[in-house]
This record gives sequence, C-alpha cells and structure tokens, in this order.
Amino acid sequence: MGNGTSIGRVRGLGAAKEGTHHWLVQRFTAVGNLLLLVWLAVSLIMLPDLSYATVREWLSSPLPAVAMGLLIISFFWHARLGMQVMLEDYVHEGGNKFAAILILNLVAFAGAAFGLFCVIRLALGGA
Amino acid sequence: MAQAGTRNRPLSPHLQIWRWGPHMFVSILHRVTGNANAVVGLAILLWWLGALVSGPGAYATFAGHASSWYGIVVLAGVSASLFTHMASGVRHFVLDIGAGYELEANKMWSILSPVIGVALAAIFWALLLLA
Repeated sequence: MGNGTSIGRVRGLGAAKEGTHHWLVQRFTAVGNLLLLVWLAVSLIMLPDLSYATVREWLSSPLPAVAMGLLIISFFWHARLGMQVMLEDYVHEGGNKFAAILILNLVAFAGAAFGLFCVIRLALGGA
Repeated sequence: MAQAGTRNRPLSPHLQIWRWGPHMFVSILHRVTGNANAVVGLAILLWWLGALVSGPGAYATFAGHASSWYGIVVLAGVSASLFTHMASGVRHFVLDIGAGYELEANKMWSILSPVIGVALAAIFWALLLLA
C-alpha cells in the first residue's frame, strides 16, 4: 500500500482484493469446458440410444471415462471460480462473503468428488 | 494527507445510468447462464452419473423424470443455457485478446452470441432425437 498516490490507496481494495491468477485459471478451465462440452454433445449424439446398458457400457470404456473425469474437474473448477466472482460482487458484508465462499468451496469439492467417484466406479467397478 | 481524496470518490455508474445496448444484455446473460449451469446443470450431471452407478432402477427413475414434461422443460432450458454460455464465452475469448471492441462488431456479436447458442442447442436436440 502506498501512502501518497491515488493508485497506492486503492490498490487491493476491489471486491476480490486480488485476481490475476483467478482470472487466468478461469480462462484455462473455459478452454477445457469448450472442448469437453463439444465432446459430450457429439458423444451423446453418436450413441445409438441413451438406455442404461448403452450409456453404462460407453462410460465404462477407457477414453470416455477419462474424458468424463476431466469434464467433471474442469466444469466444477470453472463453476467454483465463476460463482466466487458472483458472490464477491453481490455479498457485501465481509463475514457473509467469507462464509458464502467457504460453503461454495465445500459444495464444489464435494460435487466433483462424487462425480469422479461415479466415473471411477463405472470404469473399474464391474457390475 | 494519506486520506486526501479517499472520501466522496466517484462511484462507477451502475446499469440504470447507461443507455441500454446488446453488449449489456449479453454480459448479464453470460453471468446468469453461467450460474444456472453451475447450480442446475451440474446437479443434473451428478444425478445422471449417480443413477448410472446405482443401477437400472435408479436410471429408470432418472429417465422417467427427464422425459416427463417438466424434465423436458428443464433439460431444454439447461441445454440452451449451456450453449449460450459457450457462445458468449467464445466472445469473451475474442475480447480477451483485445479484438472486437469496434462499435459495429461489438454490437453484432453481442446479438449473435445468444442466437448462436440457442441455435446450437436446437441443432443438438435435432441430431439427438432424429438420428
């Protein structure tokens, strides 16, 4: 913090206090999301039907399982970063903002963990 | 003197100050669709994967809800939201490299982004259901 110039007084006083790394990772995961959403849409179209047996057999094979695992990581990471920006903008009280972002992190990690568990179970768990 | 100039600093004008334009609409839409995807889209993804792991009965329950009238409404909305966020996200990539700020180009892509998103969702459903 500077003690004289205007820029020194306002530096770090935005809604998020910091952000270049956050901004970049939001873009990295966005590129991942773009590729993986196209993969998911094309894959669903290519499947002969969306029955239990068909979808289960498809997600049990190696490449779709890996792609779905990456999709879960990229989607949840991107969602966590994006919702954090929303909370930083609209939750003004410091304590509430901290609590909201804390809960967001817990839910995002829990959701991603559940999704990855399902994919691993489908790929490795047999029947 | 360290406090000089910190009081009564001008705040950036909010939405109601500016004349409305498509760039404002697509910016707000990007945030709304992103948060909708995060909350509703990811919940459905996890339900689908969880049902797949749990067995044919759970999958039939999921498929029953998904193919009901309210399920179709939700899935149509989520798919439109996903593809719209994707289209306006690609617009953001262009803006991030410093391109597309000319008034006419910016206005055109602000209008086209959501149109392309909804069109992609419609094409997706057409290919999925007709193939």
